[in-house]
Amino acid sequence: MSQLSSRQIWVTLLKRDLRIAARRRSDALNPLLFLLMVVTLFPLGIGPGPDILARIAPGIIWVAALLASLLGLERLFRDDFQDGTLEQLCLLPQPLAFTVTAKMAVHWLLSGLPLVILSPVLALLLSLPLQGWWALALTLLLGTPALSALGAIGAALTLQVQRGSSLVSLILIPLFIPLLIFATAAVENASMGLAVHGQLAILAAISVLTVTLAPLAVAAGIRMSVN
Amino acid sequence: MWRWLHPYAKPEATYHLLQKLLPWFVALTLVTLVTGVIWGLAFAPGDYQQGDSYRIIFLHVPSAIFSMGAYMGMAIMGAIALIWQIKTAEWSIPAIAPVGAALTVVALLTGAIWGKPMWGTWWVWDARLTSELILLFLYVGVMALYFAFDDARTGAKAAAILSLVGVINLPIIHFSVEWWNTLHQGATITKFERPSIATSMLIPLLICLAGFAFLTVSLVMMRLKNEILRHELHRPWAQQRLEQD
Repeated sequence: MSQLSSRQIWVTLLKRDLRIAARRRSDALNPLLFLLMVVTLFPLGIGPGPDILARIAPGIIWVAALLASLLGLERLFRDDFQDGTLEQLCLLPQPLAFTVTAKMAVHWLLSGLPLVILSPVLALLLSLPLQGWWALALTLLLGTPALSALGAIGAALTLQVQRGSSLVSLILIPLFIPLLIFATAAVENASMGLAVHGQLAILAAISVLTVTLAPLAVAAGIRMSVN
Repeated sequence: MWRWLHPYAKPEATYHLLQKLLPWFVALTLVTLVTGVIWGLAFAPGDYQQGDSYRIIFLHVPSAIFSMGAYMGMAIMGAIALIWQIKTAEWSIPAIAPVGAALTVVALLTGAIWGKPMWGTWWVWDARLTSELILLFLYVGVMALYFAFDDARTGAKAAAILSLVGVINLPIIHFSVEWWNTLHQGATITKFERPSIATSMLIPLLICLAGFAFLTVSLVMMRLKNEILRHELHRPWAQQRLEQD
């Protein structure tokens, strides 16, 4: 077999994971439905007044997004770990930290991007004002890559743990806090007609930082479990 | 330097070093902590605004500082464990984490007790309080991860990676929370200027700081000794050591 270039391998991995996801649609859909249901619970619990809903909408949507992103994490590496695909990835000439970025990208395409697309519906449900709409979509677009990157760390570290999903939430939620703070602040500012560039820039910076550094930790975690 | 350090990669050598150093550290802890606390609680002048209730600073500030210091130490040990695969460094993670978590709890509790008369509430969602609480969560995560594996070495490596990730995240969390909401007073002594505290209060506080430093180190040393013994039970030297005691 001829040697594949790094880019070919990355694209092959991306396509393979997308194809697997397409055959098991419920895995990708369930977290989104969960998110929608959590968002539905809040008006029922707090009352349907548009004032209070608009006030707490950014917080609700982002907390629900954080929780939903924890749901699908267990499946990020688990199946590949059990059928030996991860070992094959470790044996590639390309560094593992590079190849896992393909898996992180697939996770984002299936959990982060749908959130951005869904955000107008969520904003509508919680009667977020029009100015808040685009800010919410932008924070989701800029922030969810960091969710996927940090989530991959948690998934890689708990590969060998039986029933590790509660452990994943325990170690990841503290790391998600900065995202929540800046994202909700941005949406709140936007709803009041204030500038949001600062918060968006910080969100983007956090995403860039985690997306570049997290693969190293993910690779170390996978190597630790595969041995 | 390596010639001096590499023997301590062997758990037995580390154990004997700890055995030799521990009495000194315990003695230093007792001297500094007793002097500092008595001086601070009984002899230091009262605050012109807060009266006597400020005296909890002599427990609050040291425990808060070393709750962060212990995390730093744990992360450094994690890095050593990952890079050089030294077993004693791996075992020091479960030795440090509970001590650090306990210090965090002490800082939070003393802070709540101090906050009640001063701010009129046990808890506020203030930047420093929140980041200290998140520090506690990070400690809990590291400990939970360490004990979640059947194989102790895998658990140690996972906990080491997590503590390193946490160390990169701590400043981000700290500044994000600070930016989010602040009520807590600014730093008094840990800043790069003259401390804004009277010398008569500063001296006992510094002694208390030293006391808590020695206390942290002593507790970690005791726990590390136990960890070494627990893991090396099957070796002759450990069994000999246990029979002697």
